[in-house]
Amino acid sequence: MKHPKCVNSECKTCECNLCCTKINNFGVKRSGIEILKDVNLHIHCGDLTAVIGPNGAGKSTLLKAILGEISHTGELQFLDANNGITRPSMGYVPQKLDLDSTSPTSVLDLFAAAHTNIPIWVGYPKRIREGVRESLARTHGEHLINKRLGGLSGGELQRVLLALALDPIPHLLLLDEPVSGIDQKGLELFYQTVSTLRKNYDLSIILVSHDLNLVAEYADRVAFVNNKTIECCGTPQEVFTNEKVIQTFGLDWSNRFQKDEKDRVANALMV
Amino acid sequence: MHLWYSLVDLLLPFEWMQYGFMKNALLGVLLVTPIFGLLGTMIVNNKMAFFSDSLGHSALTGIAIGVIVGNIFPFLEIKPIWSMLAFSVLITIAILVVKEANTASTDTIIGVFSSTAVALGLVILTRNGGFNKYSGYLIGDFLNISPSDLLTLGIVFLLVISLWVVIFNKLLLASMNPSLARSRGIKVKRYEYLFAIMMAVIVTISIQWVGILIISSLLIIPAASSRNIAKNMRQYHSYSVLIALISGLSGLILSYFWGTATGATIVLITSGFFALTFVMKLRLGQG
Repeated sequence: MKHPKCVNSECKTCECNLCCTKINNFGVKRSGIEILKDVNLHIHCGDLTAVIGPNGAGKSTLLKAILGEISHTGELQFLDANNGITRPSMGYVPQKLDLDSTSPTSVLDLFAAAHTNIPIWVGYPKRIREGVRESLARTHGEHLINKRLGGLSGGELQRVLLALALDPIPHLLLLDEPVSGIDQKGLELFYQTVSTLRKNYDLSIILVSHDLNLVAEYADRVAFVNNKTIECCGTPQEVFTNEKVIQTFGLDWSNRFQKDEKDRVANALMV
Repeated sequence: MHLWYSLVDLLLPFEWMQYGFMKNALLGVLLVTPIFGLLGTMIVNNKMAFFSDSLGHSALTGIAIGVIVGNIFPFLEIKPIWSMLAFSVLITIAILVVKEANTASTDTIIGVFSSTAVALGLVILTRNGGFNKYSGYLIGDFLNISPSDLLTLGIVFLLVISLWVVIFNKLLLASMNPSLARSRGIKVKRYEYLFAIMMAVIVTISIQWVGILIISSLLIIPAASSRNIAKNMRQYHSYSVLIALISGLSGLILSYFWGTATGATIVLITSGFFALTFVMKLRLGQG
């Protein structure tokens, strides 16, 4: 699986002129039962890697293992431009927050809690508000700063959480796509924002996704998780024509994808 | 203490304030209620009301264990407060550990522990029919607070407030989404345990004055009332502390004139605040 953009000498199977994140031989066991094994993934700067797979295949477990929330075997490495090896800094966008709609936590509260040690019920340092406004501007959410988190729509909350994950800009951005509370249009907008940010900040992104159409359109690479490991990984075209993937998601879908893909190519040629 | 007494004489030259026990109780109320208002906000946020209730109940077993240990080793002269503290911290850790095993929902686990603790306490304390001695703990007595109690309370007050200042932001993030907190380098578990143990300590210390039956209401109602009208965390905390303080002071004074239990009177007033803020919320709508 050689990556076209890669020139990193440390990186044997791939190369990129700047940096890459490597997941080597990841495995997760919980109370003696294997949940994930032999997971290998290389992610390059500016790449959006979508993780897809049937429910319960271990997608969320993979995310949590990368975050370090559950223990795992194998290693996670970040190779920077000078071939230095470190643990990548991470930004994480969760599916949802555990708060009810009446919670008096404002967007500013959330950011201040993440950025200062001064308890937010004492007050905020003055510089905080400006900084938060700038972060929110990255995802077009400046106007949300004084709103309560519980009063935001699904799409607005997602934008706020994305802005938080990008402050400070991480090596690796992990996204858990929301499954409810956000409509199709909002979801598409979210993908567009992520896609633009990836280019502007040269981010490595891992996205756990449920929407195959959007994955086909926006992802650079797709990792198909099934039977406790990554069964297939490559460009959307490679993965969506893979037999195992077709078996899981159905032939109908695959046919439609290939037809869409032809249309996309045709459209691109017309332009 | 003398300083406090003369200060009260100067500021509150009322007949009912000339008694030493009222001055002690006043200081006690001023120390206890703000902490309850402050910690209550996180308890309500995290939906831990049931947890704080079970902490109150476990105090009963703490007393019982103190009695047993006192019988076996009378020379130790253990005060009930120490065995209560030890037991409530123990049961807190037990609940958290069992919760992590993830085999049943949290409120089921707390329910099991809470009832077991109460049953154990009752079995030990009712042996030979001597429960009446301990029934005071059910209701609590603010007027019985002594200067040495106040010293303990003062130290705990300072400790809790300073710890709260240090851990609050991290705790808030962890409570909203553990993975998110983790991605920002916060050791979620450590803060969860710290908070739970803090709660255990403050509830246990105050139980002899507030009473087992109503202690968790004093934690929850000020925060719940504040939540009705607060729009951000700062308002949430200031209203909650303010409501707890006002209820504490007026409850103390009213209970003196009515001859009622102070803790219960305070809780009744906080309930009044809840009703009031609830109506305000309905009127104003949520912004």
